[in-house]
Amino acid sequence: MSEPRTTTVEVNGFPCRVWTKGSGPKVGFLAGLGGLPRWLPFLDELAKTRTVVVPSLPGYPGGSTGHSVLDTHLDWVLAVRQLLDKAGLAGCDLVGASVGGAFAAEIAAIFPGHVKKLALLAPFGLFDETNPATDPWAQRRDAVAGLMCADADKWSAMVSPPEGANSVEWPIEMVRASEAAARAFWPLGATKLEKRLGLIAAPTLLLWGEKDAVIPPSYAQKFATGMKGGSPRIETVPDAGHLAYLDRPEAVASAILAHLG
Amino acid sequence: MKLMWFHLMPYTELPDDFNKKHPSVWVDIHSSLFDPRRAHHMYNDFMDELEYAAEVGFDAICVNEHHSNGYGLMPSPNLIASSLARRTTDTALCVMGNSLALYNPPTRVAEEFAMIDCISGGRLIAGFPVGSPMDTCYAYGQNPSLLRERYLEAHDLVKRAWTEKDTFAFNGRFNQQRYVNIWPRPIQNEPHPPIWIPGGGSVETWRWCAEMDYVYCYLSYYGYKAGLATMNGFWNEMQKLGKDRNPYRAGFLQFVGVAESRQQALDLYTEPAEYFYGRCLHVDARFALPPGYTTEATQRAGIEGMMTKAANLANPATKAALKATNMKDIVDGGYVIVGSPDEVVEQIRHVATSLNVGHLMLLLQYGNMSKDTTKYNTRLFAEKVMPKVKDLFGDWEDKWWPKPMAKNQRAAVPSYRAQVAAE
Repeated sequence: MSEPRTTTVEVNGFPCRVWTKGSGPKVGFLAGLGGLPRWLPFLDELAKTRTVVVPSLPGYPGGSTGHSVLDTHLDWVLAVRQLLDKAGLAGCDLVGASVGGAFAAEIAAIFPGHVKKLALLAPFGLFDETNPATDPWAQRRDAVAGLMCADADKWSAMVSPPEGANSVEWPIEMVRASEAAARAFWPLGATKLEKRLGLIAAPTLLLWGEKDAVIPPSYAQKFATGMKGGSPRIETVPDAGHLAYLDRPEAVASAILAHLG
Repeated sequence: MKLMWFHLMPYTELPDDFNKKHPSVWVDIHSSLFDPRRAHHMYNDFMDELEYAAEVGFDAICVNEHHSNGYGLMPSPNLIASSLARRTTDTALCVMGNSLALYNPPTRVAEEFAMIDCISGGRLIAGFPVGSPMDTCYAYGQNPSLLRERYLEAHDLVKRAWTEKDTFAFNGRFNQQRYVNIWPRPIQNEPHPPIWIPGGGSVETWRWCAEMDYVYCYLSYYGYKAGLATMNGFWNEMQKLGKDRNPYRAGFLQFVGVAESRQQALDLYTEPAEYFYGRCLHVDARFALPPGYTTEATQRAGIEGMMTKAANLANPATKAALKATNMKDIVDGGYVIVGSPDEVVEQIRHVATSLNVGHLMLLLQYGNMSKDTTKYNTRLFAEKVMPKVKDLFGDWEDKWWPKPMAKNQRAAVPSYRAQVAAE
């Protein structure tokens, strides 16, 4: 697994890391809960046939403390738009997972010219009182890993400090990622995205880990119904949890690449 | 020193198997455990107890705010305080306090506190807590990442609402109001009612209290032994900032059970103490740490072991003690001071001087303690302990105490008891 190229762009005066790897047409990736404390096998899979560009959202690992100036949902959406533009992703294919999926959907809805094809993996943004999503921010510490992934070890491996990591700052960064998600999606994970789903024009793939313990896979249908004209395709990923790209990197990447063509 | 009588208003009839059958006393405690007809009696008992504490001479009676909480039945302490304002005459009313970020708009707090101050003739102490994670983020759905920013802005707005003479527009990050002009205005207007801040052990809060000249209150349920490190941290910070050691800069909460003898105290207070530390503090760990509630500076201090509280928690002995739910450990840990009047006097003097705290908030009712026992504890403390500790810190001026209207200018509040007697 070779290292990606790392550059930095500024959003609202805060640095955000951008990873780039591979060749071919560009595809952007907005990560889910926890962000990307390290490069992942899933990204290598995408990089085999695409130039994968991975900007860090404000507050997530690599995104410094840029979340601290984002007070409203509009602030967040505009920050993501700037981030995508500065990372050179305007008009490219876009993949978003979990919290990143909600933002990818917003961009595709509000700035339809900005997203060519869209792939959403278990996106946040909706809430169904009759089938509530799990509260990811009210969990006992030892329950988090099993909530995020079908294979809890996959999550633990992603967030464990690498050799030489700063023992003070690393855990603070992991909490910050959780805070950034909470800042945008507290308390229900919902942003009334249903009001804007109908604006999405990009061909869309809705992917869901069949063992997603955070957002029930049945939410895929709610997204599809909301997207009316987009006639999105729904696929589920067996043996995968909420962060399916950690559980099943190859299966998730291949479904996405098949959709993007 | 000031001796203040604090009520949490715990629901007193949680079942014996509560901890086994229910995950949490807070946030999602089941409604089937709440009997409003029993609560009718509890509220009336609790308010009797607060009024009794005022009658026997405590300097203040204190109430606080909790939500969805089996040990705190006061979502609105202001309702209780306004009733107490009519049933007491000279005692300070300490509302400890209103969690500012939970009020929309926050000028509601400025208004209600001004009402209490007017009704009581200027006896209000205005407490402004951030609020616990359970109250604010979970029960009230506030965003933990925005909570402190909202709190600080609400504080600025309330203070301006109290002090600015003309109608003004407020264009905050979270609150916009075109016409801020509260009626009524507080009696204590030079410049405003005393502001006290209950907080944990964060350096930022200490600095802020020093900068604003507010009283810092450490309201822990774990007593003076566990509180020593925090209060030392506070006073060290005051020294660094060039502030004096005026003990009235600080408040501290302490449970007490006094009786004729130590054994009698143990006999009387073991059950209510074990009820409190067992059932009332049975809070699901899921609700302990919403991300963003603890600032990064405080997290950093904790991880680096600089924060005294974290250092205490890292000590296995202290950690074990913090979980104590049996009376021996509760007493050994200093959570509850028990003994004969003279033994309690000695311990209270030790607490006050070792922590250098001029405002001692006493919990003399806790857990399922009955009204009779509570009144006994309260009376004995007032008669036999208070006179022997009041002299402490006599050389210092309490600049943070309410300044009510002169007694002869205040309205005569009709005496409820006298009327009943007359009938």
